[in-house]
Amino acid sequence: MNSLKRYAPQLTTLAIVLLLNYLVFPDFFKIEIANGKLYGTLIDVLNRGAPVALLCVGMTLVIATKGIDLSVGAVMAICGAVAASTVDSGGGVFMALSLALLAGLICGIWNGVLVSVLNIQPIIATLILMVAGRGIAQLITEGAILTFNDEGLIFVGSGSIFSIPMPILIWIAVGIIVTFIVRRTALGMLIESIGINQRASTFSGVNARVLLILVYAVSGLCAALAGTIAAADIRGADANNAGLWLELDAILAVVVGGTSLLGGRFTLIGSLIGAMIIQSINTGILLSGFPPEFNLIIKAAIIVIILVIQSPALQSKYIEYRDRRETGKTPVGKDAAS
Amino acid sequence: MNKNQPLLKATKIDKTFPGVVALDRVDFTLKAGEVHALLGENGAGKSTLIKCLTGAYHRDGGDILLNGETISPRDTLDAQGLGIGTVYQEVNLLGNLTVAENMMIGRQPQRWGMIQTGQMNWQTKEILSQYGLDIDVAQLLSTYSVAIQQIIAIARAIDLSGKVLILDEPTASLDAKEVQMLFGVIRKLKQKNIGIIFISHFLDQVFEISDTITVLRNGKLIESVATVNISSIDLVTMMLGYELGEETKSKEHDGVEREILVEFSNFGHKQSIEPFDLVVGKGEVVGFAGLLGSGRTETAETLFGVTPHDSGTATFKNKSVNLSSPRAAIANGFGFCPEDRKTDGIIADLTVRENIILALQAQRGWANPLPKSEQDEICKKYIKALDIRPTDAEKPIRLLSGGNQQKVILARWLATNPAFLILDEPTRGIDVGAHAEIIRLIENLCEDGMSLLVISSELDELVAYSHRIIVVRDHQHIAELVGSEITTNNIVEAIAADLNVDNGQYELKGVIS
Amino acid sequence: MFLKKVLASAAVIATVALSTTSALALTVGFSQIGSESGWRAAETTITLQQAKDRGIDLKFADAQQKQENQIKALRSFIAQGVDAIFVAPVVATGWDSVLKEVKEAGIPVILLDRTIDSSDDLYLTAVTSDFIFEGSVAGKWLVDAVDGKECSVVELQGTTGSAPAIERKEGFEQGLAGSKVSIIRSQTADFTRTKGKEVMESFLKAEGGGKNICALYAHNDDMAVGAIQAIKEAGLKPGSDILVVSIDAVPDIFKAMMAGEANATVELTPNMAGPAFDALDAFLKDGTLPPKWIQSESRLYTKDDDLQAIYDLKKDLGY
Repeated sequence: MNSLKRYAPQLTTLAIVLLLNYLVFPDFFKIEIANGKLYGTLIDVLNRGAPVALLCVGMTLVIATKGIDLSVGAVMAICGAVAASTVDSGGGVFMALSLALLAGLICGIWNGVLVSVLNIQPIIATLILMVAGRGIAQLITEGAILTFNDEGLIFVGSGSIFSIPMPILIWIAVGIIVTFIVRRTALGMLIESIGINQRASTFSGVNARVLLILVYAVSGLCAALAGTIAAADIRGADANNAGLWLELDAILAVVVGGTSLLGGRFTLIGSLIGAMIIQSINTGILLSGFPPEFNLIIKAAIIVIILVIQSPALQSKYIEYRDRRETGKTPVGKDAAS
Repeated sequence: MNKNQPLLKATKIDKTFPGVVALDRVDFTLKAGEVHALLGENGAGKSTLIKCLTGAYHRDGGDILLNGETISPRDTLDAQGLGIGTVYQEVNLLGNLTVAENMMIGRQPQRWGMIQTGQMNWQTKEILSQYGLDIDVAQLLSTYSVAIQQIIAIARAIDLSGKVLILDEPTASLDAKEVQMLFGVIRKLKQKNIGIIFISHFLDQVFEISDTITVLRNGKLIESVATVNISSIDLVTMMLGYELGEETKSKEHDGVEREILVEFSNFGHKQSIEPFDLVVGKGEVVGFAGLLGSGRTETAETLFGVTPHDSGTATFKNKSVNLSSPRAAIANGFGFCPEDRKTDGIIADLTVRENIILALQAQRGWANPLPKSEQDEICKKYIKALDIRPTDAEKPIRLLSGGNQQKVILARWLATNPAFLILDEPTRGIDVGAHAEIIRLIENLCEDGMSLLVISSELDELVAYSHRIIVVRDHQHIAELVGSEITTNNIVEAIAADLNVDNGQYELKGVIS
Repeated sequence: MFLKKVLASAAVIATVALSTTSALALTVGFSQIGSESGWRAAETTITLQQAKDRGIDLKFADAQQKQENQIKALRSFIAQGVDAIFVAPVVATGWDSVLKEVKEAGIPVILLDRTIDSSDDLYLTAVTSDFIFEGSVAGKWLVDAVDGKECSVVELQGTTGSAPAIERKEGFEQGLAGSKVSIIRSQTADFTRTKGKEVMESFLKAEGGGKNICALYAHNDDMAVGAIQAIKEAGLKPGSDILVVSIDAVPDIFKAMMAGEANATVELTPNMAGPAFDALDAFLKDGTLPPKWIQSESRLYTKDDDLQAIYDLKKDLGY
């Protein structure tokens, strides 16, 4: 009950977007089983939303440390290319997955080292790989779409277990595992403490350097999974287009999900709901039948409304209200300057 | 202008921030051609007063008269227009523009919309020559030393404002020769009948340059007095709030030979503290006394690895230890409650519980979380022991009062069961009740065998619990008081001793060995 | 000064004419945009192949998507004294001054694959495809294929606002004119497989699980390949339940056609160089001026062609 209340803004937004979808497409909630797989628009939302959902798991942790990872789209392209070229040169699906994850891990550690050891601002540090990453992916695919027929790898993108499509299972599993790890260990709290006040955290002995590398590494791993799914989905690694601009959708999902870009308190579940909100908007636009020239305007308009509702100006009013209720007096303000 | 009429007269200035009275009916009078030093420790209200005068803050009450007319500057720009200019320690000019551009920015001589560079340079040269400065004004500002930049900033402020000049810590990053150059400029300005407010931690400089001294403490005016009429000891006494002769009873020298816990030798950091030797015994409380900016906090930060030492060695229980980072220091059983709770202590959005267990958890590593039940037990224990209020450990720490935040930070360190705990101003900005509790706590901890290093401006507190006191001044450890030598009198005397300038070098008489 | 330049260029033209009549091997400079797509790579491969077959010395310069690199390449071609220059221009504007230099040097220029906004006396001719024509070929094929019956088409557009997307849509609609074939849904899929699949999924859901859809028209093969997977995953048979027609003729669509999952594709030929070399030969031989625009071939491929042979031919071109 308490957690439901915590996600009230996100769940309400999701409900409204879903309702809008229902209005433009009455069969929106219809789910059936076709070819032994769940089939329906709602399933499409969950399925198509997989890459952004995976990206925003890593992105949430990075943003919680007051950072940002712009490279995830490009890392997706690299890892998709690695997976495709592995199966094309005879490696199996496990080899492909392992190498793709390894590539993602290396990319993440690279970002993490730039940010935490060399103290480069995250936006610049990850911009480097954002630009270079697609080039690396093109080198692997030699500029073409690298297609494959490995059933194992294709299964990752379009197979299903218990009628549930694999991408849905993967992002939900990753969401649960990462949530479990950060909340059952002290990781979540230490990440938040770095994001809120890195100096004070360091004074308390928090190993900010290692933790920063860790969150970027997790972001890289999530991007690797997303890239593998995206490639498996179309049975080919498209270095030019895989994950293109998805870093922005992922950042948006995190923000819509209720984690501040200023770092600190984060919520993975909120981010995942955010990812689903964004995918619902995308799917809704496709179902609406509007001319494509309107796609971006409609999406932007809906997001503006969501962000206004969740804006700091309105939120601070809410927090003020909440704090007053909690302490029963006005909050303690700034200490006086000397 | 009427010679007797003060240039700037502020009466009964009040300023309150939520929960804190920053200025309490403070009077301040500046005469034309006077250098008026404004002194006080952290939180005394110096900055608040300056900000009220320059319009950065709006006073809650009181009047400001400039040449007999009431003024209420809306902002610093407005104050500048009225004649009040300010120069800060960090020169806020633009290093990537030329000297002339900096001088004339926003009012460059123009013709048909074009900036007349030649005329601008000539005007700037003209202005600077009045300060005895003959430099190439077409060079980038950043190519000149901080002292020159400082003088350019002053010249600009005078050129813009011309009545009152506020110098906020102007000498903090200057060497002795540069200080003399700056003082030369100040003396010239005096002759031009400009009123100067001079803020500095360096008492010797205050004695050298100022005509009048005003001391603030805890937002109240303590005294305004002609410099010639006050001794350095009286001044320090006023700043710290102690009357000589009114002695707090110190600990009897217990004569116990303590087992050495930590030993630092030739320990120091180039920019912040001169190398020093320090030994702390088991169960001993070493007090650090000194004025703001003297090097006491710098000592603590060097010991704890915040600014890792670049000279000397440290041994802990007779073993050489690495103190290159806070993490390394903590691994050796150190703990550190920093002076600035807000920026260095609390994690504002985390709960009281999370703040308490943070250091312990960081020590255990992320993969080895403290079980929730244990966390709750630790919190319960310390919330009770330190009387932290409110008692709900799940509240964000930002909602607590300063004193309770301080206790939470203390609890954070006590939870790690440190062998050597450094407390920097543990009682700053907290109410009287909490004061007493924290002092009692310090005494209890030391009885339990913990070694403590306590930095405080509250001399009677230091005297009450310290076994030994180190006096710090000018980034040096200048004196050590032991046993019956520990009195507020001796501390004040040590701080104020021989504040006479001799070619920029201090001559120290060995106050105490 | 002006006179001197005219004389100089006249002299150059004379020497060029001389050198060709003496039947020496031609040297042609080729400034390619880069290798941003498979098609582009194939165009490069074919141009090199064509030059080799004709015994022409081709100097190849990859501009890596930068106009300044192309301008540099053109200047270096002038310095090397090439006989002709082929350019696939990365952008439409900013060519005037460098093309004037080329013209003053007396070197004919042929634009490949894209045109520019400069005056057309700065180049000999342009060999490009006609996107409208491609669309109409696809449209006419579909009208013939459904043989006068009604047919509801869903359309996957290219990137909104791009010339191929606008013109392939326009041409397709022209091809359908007067028939009972109509477009019921049209949405952009950004020329990519991923989007092609996603958008097709939504089309299928929106049109009664695909029952209402008779055919799919995609502005490029990649989107069609993505959409084919979506159709299959929806339990329908692409190629029979839903006809699939697209444009570009990349190797992967031939695989789909061989599997019976796609029906037709209109080729955007990577062989822009062939017609260009032909026009150049004629011009150098007897001064025959080619038309200012040479339309490259837009061939339709269906199951009636030898798909395997074409696939084998195409698969090594770098697509």
